[in-house]
Amino acid sequence: MSTLTKYSDIPYTGPAPTNREPYVPADAEKMNARGAEIASRISGVTQETGQDLPTFVVDKERIVDVLRALKHDLKFTLPLDCFGVDYPRREQRFDIVYQLYSIENNERVRLKVRVGEGESVPSSLPVYQGLNWFEREVFDMFGVKFDGHPNLRRILTHENFQGHPLRKDYDPAQRWLLTEEGVAKIIPQIDPRFAQEEAESDFERVTLNLGPSHPATHGTLRIVVTLDGETIVGADTEIGYLHRCFEKMSETHTYQQVIPFTDRLNYCSAIINNVGYCMTVEKMLGIQSPARADYVRLILSELMRIGDHLICIGTNLVDMGALTNFWYLFQPREEMYGLIEACCGARLLPSYLRIGGLAVDVPPNFLQMTQKLVDSIPRFLDDVDKLVRTNRIFRDRVEGIGPISAEDALDFGFTGPCLRACGIPYDVRKANPYLGYETYDFDVPIADGGDTYARYLVRMEEMRQSLRIIQQAIDRGLPTGPVIVDNPYVALPPKSKVYNEMESLIYHFKLIMHGIQPPVGETYFQVEGGNGELGFYIVSDGTKNPYRVRVRPPCFAIYQAFTKMITGQTIPDAIAALGSLNIIAGELDH
Amino acid sequence: MPVQNVDNPNSIIPRKSATAPGEGAEKGLITLPGESEREVEGIGGATYLTTKLDQVVNWARGNSLWPLPFGTACCAIEFMSMVSSHYDIARFGAEVVRFSPRQADLMIVAGTIVDKIAPVLKKIYEQMPEPKYVIAMGACATSGGFYRAYHVVQGIDEIIPVDIWVPGCPPTPDGLMYGILKLKEKIERGEIRRG
Repeated sequence: MSTLTKYSDIPYTGPAPTNREPYVPADAEKMNARGAEIASRISGVTQETGQDLPTFVVDKERIVDVLRALKHDLKFTLPLDCFGVDYPRREQRFDIVYQLYSIENNERVRLKVRVGEGESVPSSLPVYQGLNWFEREVFDMFGVKFDGHPNLRRILTHENFQGHPLRKDYDPAQRWLLTEEGVAKIIPQIDPRFAQEEAESDFERVTLNLGPSHPATHGTLRIVVTLDGETIVGADTEIGYLHRCFEKMSETHTYQQVIPFTDRLNYCSAIINNVGYCMTVEKMLGIQSPARADYVRLILSELMRIGDHLICIGTNLVDMGALTNFWYLFQPREEMYGLIEACCGARLLPSYLRIGGLAVDVPPNFLQMTQKLVDSIPRFLDDVDKLVRTNRIFRDRVEGIGPISAEDALDFGFTGPCLRACGIPYDVRKANPYLGYETYDFDVPIADGGDTYARYLVRMEEMRQSLRIIQQAIDRGLPTGPVIVDNPYVALPPKSKVYNEMESLIYHFKLIMHGIQPPVGETYFQVEGGNGELGFYIVSDGTKNPYRVRVRPPCFAIYQAFTKMITGQTIPDAIAALGSLNIIAGELDH
Repeated sequence: MPVQNVDNPNSIIPRKSATAPGEGAEKGLITLPGESEREVEGIGGATYLTTKLDQVVNWARGNSLWPLPFGTACCAIEFMSMVSSHYDIARFGAEVVRFSPRQADLMIVAGTIVDKIAPVLKKIYEQMPEPKYVIAMGACATSGGFYRAYHVVQGIDEIIPVDIWVPGCPPTPDGLMYGILKLKEKIERGEIRRG
């Protein structure tokens, strides 16, 4: 691809991006220094400089030791992510990337292990049990084996699947049909583990299959439990029933076209996903969206967070038999849809954001509509809260149900409301503020106990805090100015210019045909999603398609702890606990 | 709508009065291909009572659909909106949401169907008693949507028969409601008959 030449003086005065330029993060110097500091304390790592996080390349033999040292000596207690990237032209074609977070020091670190075809990596489960499903996903998507993993089988795709779809040489549309016989293959893999444990009991053990089509599994989760009487003595979960190939689809679309796909990750709070993705690409491009766009993004993010929690609490209550609350809590959601519809014309999955700003400006009465919402929502929250918190049936069904300790929650990679319900006040909005959250006054609610009731309380309070943020934003007033950056290499020129100016027409054509082309490199950015840290990791090779888009879905980490949370409890408890985790299948299976 | 003024005495072309399906003399009759004419001719004969009974039965069926939401993804949230108080599908008699296929006669496939869940969908469809109807809600259930991918079924008609397709990604609640009303019309016309 050639570089663009500027023909006339349209307002943009920045440099034209050239392809194959390396990406230099804004804080690279700081990260290099911090990386050198960490490297001096851990042996056997090679630092990779010029990244947005302290990055190290580790030999596969050393990875478990390095992870252990990072966890115990440098307090990287939260395993964020583990995923692969395929570079087929390299001799060691796969990068296995680990990302860790330290709550104490508020910093992230990235480790890379390079392996070739057919090689395997030692499993890191002895250090972080939360990487269990992430390793299975790498195996499923790239075919890299993990030595010592207790249950290394496919996780997202089905049993008849051949090949590893995220490899670059896999055809994105190549399907494999699953037959009834294929379904049967999985049953012996789920069942016998419970049968092996012969316990002294007068009862015959029963294996019960919940889902994947079950009203309480919210879509497509499958849980197999073994019951001793009414007590769950063993459980296994099977996911992937909504694996829509988000990451592969991102690689076949342009940067702008990926936005609708991100909507459908956590479809209860679509705009937050948009914000996460767009800000990651903006970070890579080194641009800053205008103040007006940031302001609208913040208000809509918080509204979406409220909507997400409303659905979570509403459906959780339905599962416990309180149908009224569900209908009642859907009413404010409808009002919210009205606002979003007024902004961009869509209700549930608006795709309202663009890289660099917003698709269109907000309607003139945006603030009045928002104010009306902010005024009306507390009544719904108070009514439901009063109705269920003083209800003994509800209290009996949620208190002490599905508990998880703070240490376990961290080890499993919990983030968001579920982590805060264990008493750990980690919130991306406070730890790494974006969109100007640092200028707003709000509290991060925590609860102790880590049970279903604690999660309910945290969600309820978070909605009130979100309303506080929105109220402060309304009081500040809508900033004036454009809603999208004035950069013809990122944002389409206005239609009036396209019709009347030659150079705008060229920019329009170039942007439609060749897309946005970020510099070559990789970056990670995170926002606080409805369920926790929602991160996007993007590798660019300088072309119009992302080379790799990795989403860090908060549900994925949370749901793998579910079997541990329900063992020893009963089926009704499991249903109540499942609802309170707010597992969204679109995000879980991406 | 029936065509007006067909009986023009000045016309030399012999015409029959045109009527829209389900509005003329054969209203409420079974109109399976090739059958309608035979039935119309038989009016007054032995088939008269049967067809009238069908009309009553179809009217009842169309007005009390019991939906089974096979909700997998985003569309399921819009389905919930449609059931909730703001849109309130109870106005059209389809509010008795059943999660057991054995108690439902309308399957609303709301969301993407991937290869892994396709056998489940088929099995649940087979568990529904006759007569049964299927609505494919949204782009994914209709055609795979924009997921032209290695793990996504490109439209549920690969697996099960579909009566109504509702466009949208996701369809609005009123869109889905329109689909249900269309299905109701189809049932009352007696067009759909299986088993």
